[in-house]
Amino acid sequence: MTKTDVLVIGGGPAGLAAAIAANDAGADVLLIEREARLGGILKQCIHDGFGMVRFGEKLSGPEYAERFMDDFAARGIAARLLTFVTELKETPDGFTATVVSRDGVDTIKTKSIVLATGCRERTAKQVSIHGTRPAGVFTAGTAQHFINLLGQMPAKRCVILGSGDIGLIMARRLTLEGAEVLGVYEVKPTPSGLTRNIHQCLHDYDIPLHLSHTVTRVFGHDRLTGVEVAEVDGRMQPIPGTEQRLDCDALILSVGLIPENELAERLHVPLDPKTKGPLCNEDLMTDVPGVFSCGNALHVNDLVDYVSESGETAGRGAAAYAKASAGKGPGAAGTTLSAGDGVLYIVPQRIHDTAKAGKTTVYFRSRDAVEKSKFLIKDSTGTVVFEKIYPFLRPPEMERLELDFSGLGLSAGTALTAVIEEVSG
Amino acid sequence: MRSGKRLQKKLDKAFDGAVHAAYEDGLIRLTGTLSSWDQILKACRMAVSGDRTVHVVNDILLDGAEPLPVRVPSLSDKALDGETPDVLIIGGGISGCAIARELSRYDLSILLVDKEADFALQASGRNDGEVHVGVDLSKGSLKQKYVLLGNRMYGALCKELDVPFRRTGQVAAFTQVPLAPVIFLYVQWRRFHDGCTDARFRGKKWLEQNVPELDASARFAMVNELAGIVSPYELTIAMAENAAQNGAKLSLNTYVSGMKTEDGRITEVYTNRGTVRPDIVINAAGVFADDVAELAGDRFYSIHPRRGTDILQDVKSGHIVNKIDSIMTVNKAMLTSHTKGGGIMPTVHGNVLLGPDAVECREKEDYATYPESIRNVYEKQKRTVPKADPRDIITYFTGVRAPTFEEDFVLEWGRKCRNLYHVGGIQSPGLTSAPAFAADVAAAVAERLSETKPVVKKPDFDPYRRGIPHLRDMTPEERAAKIAENPDYGVIICRCEEISKGEILDALNSPYCPPTVDAVKKRVRPGMGRCQGGFCSPLVIQIIAEHEGIPLSDVRKSSAESVLLYGPSKGGAPHDED
Repeated sequence: MTKTDVLVIGGGPAGLAAAIAANDAGADVLLIEREARLGGILKQCIHDGFGMVRFGEKLSGPEYAERFMDDFAARGIAARLLTFVTELKETPDGFTATVVSRDGVDTIKTKSIVLATGCRERTAKQVSIHGTRPAGVFTAGTAQHFINLLGQMPAKRCVILGSGDIGLIMARRLTLEGAEVLGVYEVKPTPSGLTRNIHQCLHDYDIPLHLSHTVTRVFGHDRLTGVEVAEVDGRMQPIPGTEQRLDCDALILSVGLIPENELAERLHVPLDPKTKGPLCNEDLMTDVPGVFSCGNALHVNDLVDYVSESGETAGRGAAAYAKASAGKGPGAAGTTLSAGDGVLYIVPQRIHDTAKAGKTTVYFRSRDAVEKSKFLIKDSTGTVVFEKIYPFLRPPEMERLELDFSGLGLSAGTALTAVIEEVSG
Repeated sequence: MRSGKRLQKKLDKAFDGAVHAAYEDGLIRLTGTLSSWDQILKACRMAVSGDRTVHVVNDILLDGAEPLPVRVPSLSDKALDGETPDVLIIGGGISGCAIARELSRYDLSILLVDKEADFALQASGRNDGEVHVGVDLSKGSLKQKYVLLGNRMYGALCKELDVPFRRTGQVAAFTQVPLAPVIFLYVQWRRFHDGCTDARFRGKKWLEQNVPELDASARFAMVNELAGIVSPYELTIAMAENAAQNGAKLSLNTYVSGMKTEDGRITEVYTNRGTVRPDIVINAAGVFADDVAELAGDRFYSIHPRRGTDILQDVKSGHIVNKIDSIMTVNKAMLTSHTKGGGIMPTVHGNVLLGPDAVECREKEDYATYPESIRNVYEKQKRTVPKADPRDIITYFTGVRAPTFEEDFVLEWGRKCRNLYHVGGIQSPGLTSAPAFAADVAAAVAERLSETKPVVKKPDFDPYRRGIPHLRDMTPEERAAKIAENPDYGVIICRCEEISKGEILDALNSPYCPPTVDAVKKRVRPGMGRCQGGFCSPLVIQIIAEHEGIPLSDVRKSSAESVLLYGPSKGGAPHDED
């Protein structure tokens, strides 16, 4: 039996930031990581571009992680590696976690929990790819693991489905390693990844991007021998007659990320169907008091800088919760903030205390690619309480706002809705 | 022959003289040329006679089509050359493995071969795992005889072999109230006439209380408490392992390419691993049973492949179904179809399984999935259990059934070849029936062999096979004890299914495990979960490479050609020296 104030689950960028922030706030912290090393997915992200917002410089993934790992180590925060949480339970005075490692089975008693469990990749079957089941179908993250961590080539001539950032990064990486990338196929009419990645990973290497196209079938019994691609209509359904067979030996998938919230579900934490992460308040506390969420488990971020930021918010919140003799109630009773027309999602979805002065960080994504638009927050009567004009909004790019809700003149328990309205002309 | 003339007349009318029927001893051979596979199937079905021992042999050519090649392993060596087993079993599916296990009770030399890279790689590993009760079968068929016997063997068998099995019960519900009296009588008939002792008629109230997951349109049902679920590939593998434990020799990647027969006996069997001279050959080759029969000059039945696709859902949705459920709509299509229409059911691992459908196909190894199958299965089963949500789908797969045109098993000695035993036409309920017919086949083979040599039962036969521990299902105390014994049990490799490194190493060290990603997955489940191996496959590949002492690039998904990694990238491989 081990006791702690704050149990952080996950040692990637979100978990590291949460542990450091909770430690700085004076809490006793224990971090659990299932892999052998800290750093999470950043370990395999050897490309640069990390840390522009936070540090004002371009770092590689491992370099970015190292800064936090150094801070983490300097504070002497406890971490258990190669340790896996098998069970989480709520108790009258907090929570217990059952963990498994080479040392056996341990129970950890904690006052609060930060879930920093990251996300997983959507698989071939989840995007309805049919045909045979040969070797050579990899998610982009798995291909990245093979090349960057194991130094092994998983493909010679490949097709990439999905223009998510990892897919774009892998198009460049595979090309640099001598593989031929026949093209990136995207079912949507607009790219899913960041504009900078479209330029730096595809255009600079003459890799074609085929929008409104998808892979419909896989061929080959042992190793993949080809894929069928087709154009799609406005409802993203393949258009008969547009099928084309491409000979290749691998299909790399970058078709979306899903926040990993299986542990949250064990604690009956309600999830937002839009983010697939927990519903949270401004401290990133979920509807289960004492359970906090951050990073890509909360919602899929575009930049790691924001992952770290949400980790810090959750870590601070968890430390404060653990220290308070009686925790504050769930955000559900307070003001709600939901995604309305034109908004793909918004976080946090609850504001516990709208009277308290101070900045609340709000993250949102636009549902569609739009030109000059108004981002509006309306109260339940439809009155606009906040407005900001954006020159354009793109779904792949997450937006971040700092809002002082105390200045909006809200009464407690208001149902706020965020909408995006395109401004004509 | 009068019936011969009548059949020819029917065929002439339907196909304009393109098909010729010839009665030979005990079979009806159809020849000619037709323009589509559907037409060929139609002709063959027309020729099916009322006599269960007379089979339709399909020699009709498909106009303009090349014969379909069989996928064969690339391996070529002499590992089996000169072997003279008492019994050679061709096929490592549920039938072949069950027979190998039953035969290993006797003091005999047994060799089982399969062309695939693992056991249960075709139909036996690609089905819904239902242990049937036989409610759709009438007295007189081999299927009906063995499904009843087999079903009742499952509890003890799965205990001996340490594989999970659960009698969930089965509910075949109906929505059409006017049919209630007919179904009531049908249930009584099955129960008292056909030996389905567990068949019961249940009304709406019972269904509401006992099967709350069913759609509200279900009004009454036929319920069978003896129906169950098993993991079909785990059972097949367990049978193979237990046979090996008891002395049977197993050889995968082994393809039978020809046979030499003399005086109505097989004397030599040619394989890619050398020539084998067995006393008796058992043909348990599944969809290829008729092809193997042909090699021995004894093809008196034809297999027509029938694809079935199943959908597997995340364990998260496991709570939505507790029994093997289906809602039937009685119509003409149902009465003429060759599947019970599938269902929605739990799996022994807590997933939900939907399906299968039934689609006739020409290719015997057409394991591809098609969007229409998924759509059809889903639409149908969603009507049974409305809580089914396609967002919970984690994978889908296709198996190919091996029916004859008579739609019954073929379990008999060769008609022209005396030392060949046919185990053909094995399809649903083949999984359920296999333990029962395997015992009969083994007894028949032992009796035949005893004519020329003494055949005794081994006193030291061990029916028990110990499975690999599932640490996830243990109490924390049990788990801690196992980890203290071997710390690798504390290192979780597959996060979705919570599989440890220790369990993966146990699989690799088990009696007969090909060192491949798929073989490990079938035995201990890393990669079976919602991420489908995205996170764990690089780790599993490393564990296999380390265990086998081979470079990462030599680890395969399944067959020798299923290359996963091509070797070091330009930057070199820190972990791999090849």
